[in-house]
Amino acid sequence: MSPSALSGIKVIEYADFISGPFCGKLLADMGATVIKVETPGSGDSSRRSGPFAGNKPDPEASGLFLYLNTNKSGITLDLEAPGGLSLFKDLVKPCDIFITNHHPGAARKLGIHYAGLKKANPFLVYASVTPFGLTGPQKNYHGNNFIAFNTGGMASFTPDWVEDHGSCPPLQAGGYQADYAAGIVAATAALGALYGRYASGKGCMVDVSEQEAVAFALARSVSFYTYEGIRQDRQKIERSMESPVPCKDGYVELHIVEDNHWQAFREVIGNPEWTEDPLFKNYAGRCHNWNLMEENLTRWTMQHTRQEIYHLMQSRRVAFGPVNKAEDVLRSEHIKQRGCFKETNHPRAGKLTLPGVPFKMSAAPNNTPAPAPLLGQHNRQVYGGMLGLSREEIAGLGKKGII
Amino acid sequence: MKAKSNNNLPLSGIRVADLTWWQAGPQATVLLAGLGAEVIRVESRQRPDIMRRVSTHFREDDPATLNYSPHFYSLNYNKKSLSLNLTRPGSAGIARELVKISDIVVENFAGGVMERLGLGYAALKEVNPGIIMLSVTGMGQTGPEKHYLSYAQTMHAFTGLTSITGYAGGPPRSVGAFWGDHVSAYSASFAVLAALHHRRRTGEGQYIDLSMSEAVISTIPEVFLAYEMKGEVSKPRGNRDELMAPHGCYRCKGEDCWAAIAVRNDMEWQAFGRAAGSPAWAGKRKFARAADRLRYQDELDTFIESWTRDRTAREVVEALQSEGIPSGTSSDLDGLIADPQLRQRGFFIRRRHPKGGYGLQLRAPWKLSDYPHPYQPPPDLGQHSRYVICELLGRTEEEFRKLIDAKVIY
Repeated sequence: MSPSALSGIKVIEYADFISGPFCGKLLADMGATVIKVETPGSGDSSRRSGPFAGNKPDPEASGLFLYLNTNKSGITLDLEAPGGLSLFKDLVKPCDIFITNHHPGAARKLGIHYAGLKKANPFLVYASVTPFGLTGPQKNYHGNNFIAFNTGGMASFTPDWVEDHGSCPPLQAGGYQADYAAGIVAATAALGALYGRYASGKGCMVDVSEQEAVAFALARSVSFYTYEGIRQDRQKIERSMESPVPCKDGYVELHIVEDNHWQAFREVIGNPEWTEDPLFKNYAGRCHNWNLMEENLTRWTMQHTRQEIYHLMQSRRVAFGPVNKAEDVLRSEHIKQRGCFKETNHPRAGKLTLPGVPFKMSAAPNNTPAPAPLLGQHNRQVYGGMLGLSREEIAGLGKKGII
Repeated sequence: MKAKSNNNLPLSGIRVADLTWWQAGPQATVLLAGLGAEVIRVESRQRPDIMRRVSTHFREDDPATLNYSPHFYSLNYNKKSLSLNLTRPGSAGIARELVKISDIVVENFAGGVMERLGLGYAALKEVNPGIIMLSVTGMGQTGPEKHYLSYAQTMHAFTGLTSITGYAGGPPRSVGAFWGDHVSAYSASFAVLAALHHRRRTGEGQYIDLSMSEAVISTIPEVFLAYEMKGEVSKPRGNRDELMAPHGCYRCKGEDCWAAIAVRNDMEWQAFGRAAGSPAWAGKRKFARAADRLRYQDELDTFIESWTRDRTAREVVEALQSEGIPSGTSSDLDGLIADPQLRQRGFFIRRRHPKGGYGLQLRAPWKLSDYPHPYQPPPDLGQHSRYVICELLGRTEEEFRKLIDAKVIY
């Protein structure tokens, strides 16, 4: 069997919550050796965010942490303790990539800014993910997922259509979309920089701004506006018949833009009289008369379940999507056959089903992921194996609270 | 012949045959171009990228207007264009010759189209065993729903993302601006980079089957875990958070002007009071602890808006950031292009339009310390056909002419 795509690449991660750890997870899931460094005692904050089985908080069994840290080795190290930083630099020396998402001020204070680590390892690819980037007048501003989704402009485009700005504020996407997006960008850019190192022989700093990782989604809208003067946002965007409509057991999302979609759709619902109304003849008319359209359409959708509508419409090449909940996705025959979710067996949380990487590589199989590490689980292995410290030395570091 | 792109960028020497269109595909390859790969778009007048047509300049009867679309510009700068008409006999052979001298092929046609064109992975692997081929589709290349149509909004719905987005107590709503395409493009660029590293070490190319639905699913794990671990069905919660309060967009002075604020802990709440000039409500004991702020959130939000609504969003954010509180203006397009942080980081590339006037394109969302961000203008349709056919594939000028006459190059 072929080895995993990134085997041989060594990564050290000193990052918290989602953006940085997701970057590390992507690399780890692709076969890189990733050492995750956590602060003794407290560890990564995602250990405290859940979800927890039975709502019982347990830092070793937080769902989010268990997802974000598969296939990593976990060690503890207090960077602020005497000798902590120098030990950390010993760990950085043999690594190819370093990942951090700490605030630039904190990174500098700890001595793990690029200039600090470059001396320890001039070949290092230093991947930084911060709310606003490492340069510019707002580099020291504080942010998080919610702030990035807003400062990156996406909240002003969400939901995809509203009648009135005033009563419908900009809206966040569910979950932590900005954090995840920034994490993937950092992984791509870090692998790019590492590839470049084979030719240049030099390390590199990768500076990812979470605000930019979000705003890049608006590349087309920015160009359309600045070149052609047409400004879109959640109110000004064309009413595109792309908002969930109610059905018998929830909602369905529809996408009927092309006229041939409209014709096929009419046939599926049996060419009722209302669809012959010239008001709905073309896309512009259907947008303009959406309220009337929705009223008629809903009479039909309310008689069917979302899965019925989904399969019926799709079998006739009309794009409908069921507004699925977690259980619908987990039960989807398609998702099951794709092997989209992977089972992992964690010593504390037991068997868990986690989303896998979203692609299949023919030459680099993506196997059952190794479970996320317990806090400090691999201390002996890493400090002993990688740095060659003796059992006694490791015990000594533990006693002093450094690890 | 090695790719002749900008030769001091990370992916210099890597060539990409780009058979993508719409958004997710072109957005993935524009990122590879941003890292220095030579990306050659394969397109034609017969079947131009839809994005070339989405422009007020576009006219059916004038092919030159295919070169005026800002939608196309923003996802296709730094690329070259070969106008190869894949419906003509002989065209697939040329495409395979291009693949032979490429490192990567990216496509986002519906499943089966590449095979019908004679450009499936099996055929391409034969001409170039080391080729890395990435296919991007809504549902992936396998499974009972592989042929189902996917658009960003139907995909958001299918994956569960829509079920957790919306105003509190209201219906589910879709995230705007084709967000799922965007996340998929990021995942696609990552997959290609991983495969490149694999090939460098082992010499082995491979086929990558990326499902955009799965790309979105991989970014909402907590939804599935909440169901699996405690049987909980996640719901939309507006702009609020499970643990933080205040957390939301607050109305400021002006039309559709909002400040986004997220107070992470009790210490930041005390700092908030200082930033707001220590009003009595900020000092109330009932708001001192996070659990209580979450409980009395409606009341809390009313107080906060009484402070924000007479100030500009910028004033509010400056006051809060001076105390280290996560906050920012909730930018619309005007706010985005005026944002001093984005401007000073060189996020906007200002370029002239061939019909006059200037507009902006966005650079890739990273800065690399040792490399400049490259910029070549987006190609006119077929601008590099001669370069590809004659220089790269070694055909004579006469042969090139013949291909044009036969509408193979079209």
